[in-house]
Amino acid sequence: MKTLTIENLRVTIADQEIVRGLSLAVPRGEVHAIMGPNGSGKSTLAKVLAGHPDYQVTAGSVTMDGENLLELEPDERARKGIFLAFQYPSEVPGVTIANFLRAAVQSRLPEGEELEATDYYAKLYEKMELLGMDRAFTSRAVNEGFSGGEKKRTEILQLAMLEPKYAILDETDSGLDIDALKTVAHGVNSLRGPDIGILLITHYQRILNYIVPDDVHVMVQGRIVRSGGKELALELEERGYDWAREAAGEMALTR
Amino acid sequence: MKTQTKSVDIDRSAGDFAYPEVHVRDAGAGLSEKTVHYISDVKEDPDWVREFRLRGLKTFLEKPLPTHWASKDLETINFDKIRYYLAPGTGAKRSWDEVPEDIKRTFERLGIPEQERKFLAGVEAQFDSEAVYSNIKKAVGEQGVIFVGSTEGLKNHPEIFRKWFGKVIPIGDNKFSALNSAVFSGGSFIYVPPGVKVKHPLQAYFRINAENFGQFERTLIIADEGSEVTYMEGCTAPKFNTTTLHSAVVELIALKGAKIQYITVQNWSANVFNLVTKRGLAHENAEVKWIDCNIGSRLTMKYPGVVLKGRKARGEVLSIALANNGQHQDTGAKMIHAADETTSNIISKSISVGTGRATYRGLVHVPKHLKNCKNNTECDALLINSTSRTDTYPAITVRGTGNAVQHEASVSQVSAEQIFYMQQRGLSKAQAMSLSVNGFVNDLVRQFPMEYSVELKRLIELEMEGSVG
Repeated sequence: MKTLTIENLRVTIADQEIVRGLSLAVPRGEVHAIMGPNGSGKSTLAKVLAGHPDYQVTAGSVTMDGENLLELEPDERARKGIFLAFQYPSEVPGVTIANFLRAAVQSRLPEGEELEATDYYAKLYEKMELLGMDRAFTSRAVNEGFSGGEKKRTEILQLAMLEPKYAILDETDSGLDIDALKTVAHGVNSLRGPDIGILLITHYQRILNYIVPDDVHVMVQGRIVRSGGKELALELEERGYDWAREAAGEMALTR
Repeated sequence: MKTQTKSVDIDRSAGDFAYPEVHVRDAGAGLSEKTVHYISDVKEDPDWVREFRLRGLKTFLEKPLPTHWASKDLETINFDKIRYYLAPGTGAKRSWDEVPEDIKRTFERLGIPEQERKFLAGVEAQFDSEAVYSNIKKAVGEQGVIFVGSTEGLKNHPEIFRKWFGKVIPIGDNKFSALNSAVFSGGSFIYVPPGVKVKHPLQAYFRINAENFGQFERTLIIADEGSEVTYMEGCTAPKFNTTTLHSAVVELIALKGAKIQYITVQNWSANVFNLVTKRGLAHENAEVKWIDCNIGSRLTMKYPGVVLKGRKARGEVLSIALANNGQHQDTGAKMIHAADETTSNIISKSISVGTGRATYRGLVHVPKHLKNCKNNTECDALLINSTSRTDTYPAITVRGTGNAVQHEASVSQVSAEQIFYMQQRGLSKAQAMSLSVNGFVNDLVRQFPMEYSVELKRLIELEMEGSVG
């Protein structure tokens, strides 16, 4: 089964445990949402999956289609098919979006194979159109002076260009107005399909109206405390995170 | 970093090749009057040049090393061990087939054009001191342009040569200009007649290829009224165990309405002291532009300057310096405003890698009686590692009113988050680093001629490969 599988994962940073025994499986072809209050460890999870060097995995495993991810460098994970849409994407001063993405696409080609420039630009422009982006945008330096919405859109553009096996979207909805949210959601929905598994991390239920998940997981204090169908998001919206926290308490007691 | 595949697994010593060679003329090690006479004899110098050399020697010996402001590292140069003159045998020594494969690959990786590869590999072109300028010379000759070696220039065109030689940079300008005046050989002499616009850039390559051998080329370029010329200088050097000294002097004269652009992309090996004096003189409405890229060397001290002598003269210095482990790039620019309505522009970018150190020294001088002069100075430094260092010493003296000066400086660092972000897109750490560095210099490099910007980009990539652990 082609799945991104997280088993009993424990993660610390500066001796503080953030992820405390988390298990989750995202099969390809599905969209799973993780919802949780601030500080529940959602963004840490996203960064750990991508291989951020600041975090220590103290226990558990992460496998992608059966392969151990944790022993790979961040760039190796990326080339093998992990994509993270950052909550706060970095600026890359002086490097244009076109050149940056070109280098990223090139890095996925077999050694000695050169990217065909015309094909690359044709695809780039097609994806930009999908996301309602102006072509002139490609000559701007990556994220430099971008508005929040432009940054998020650029993340999704990269997602579309790099065609990963698994995409983790870390609060891609935050800071977006409703129009920008719809555009981004439209972009993500158009990428949905049997070849990609998507893990959508969010604080709010709002984005799930536009990107409808197959499964919803509630994360509190570094663990998944509830899992269910898309209706779980609505229930959570209604009952609030305190309800989820109680569940976390129950879990802690039963361990 | 895991770059196992053969074609990207660069042997970083590949550029450090040296051939055994036979020198037919050799002044021996050390510097004395005898050395100077020897050089003058071999080169069959006219008397005035011999006297010029001797005055150079005297000044060199009298002047102290400028260590009261410059690096103490200068004290490690053993002037007695350097050989000051070395002329090659004639003709090319080997065929392209004999050039080792790894060197050919390095050239290819650097994107160096075929013709230039042969030169750099020592298949074509000059060894050491005597310059050889091939086809271009013939082509521009039809327009009346003189493009010869400095020795030929002073012999065959004394009426122009002597008038300007040593005028922009006098013997006593500094200790190393004095040294060059004493022992110079090689370098170019260029004269562009009035109104002639030289279409193609004129080029010359220098290469050090003998242990303990200092290269002291001397270049003099005169662009007569309304003419235009671009000169390109590229350097690559093989690596030696002992110290090597490169001390050139370059003088540019742009007469009324003329334009000179002088481009240098150099990549010295890490043991070279590169102490170069470069200055241009811009007459009324003339323009002198230096594009200067310094990579490699142990210590580079170079501050291209423009004396803005005529009304509305313009001067510009665009420079990039990359200081890697153990290297010190002490570079900058000088703009001496000496007429009304003169403008100058300095843009300097430096990158310090590992324990590398980049120093910017700028001098902008606008005296009190001048009106409507403008200067813009921007210097940006990028630090790669926590051990990297940068310093900025801008000296701007503007007197009087009605002159405008603008100065901006910045120091930045490639953040760990930025590298992680780029890695997440599939780039290796080294690729991420070199792309970041290229981004940093990008707006400047865009102003360079195409082939140079490509070469520079590759050089930066090669330099950055060893910078990440």
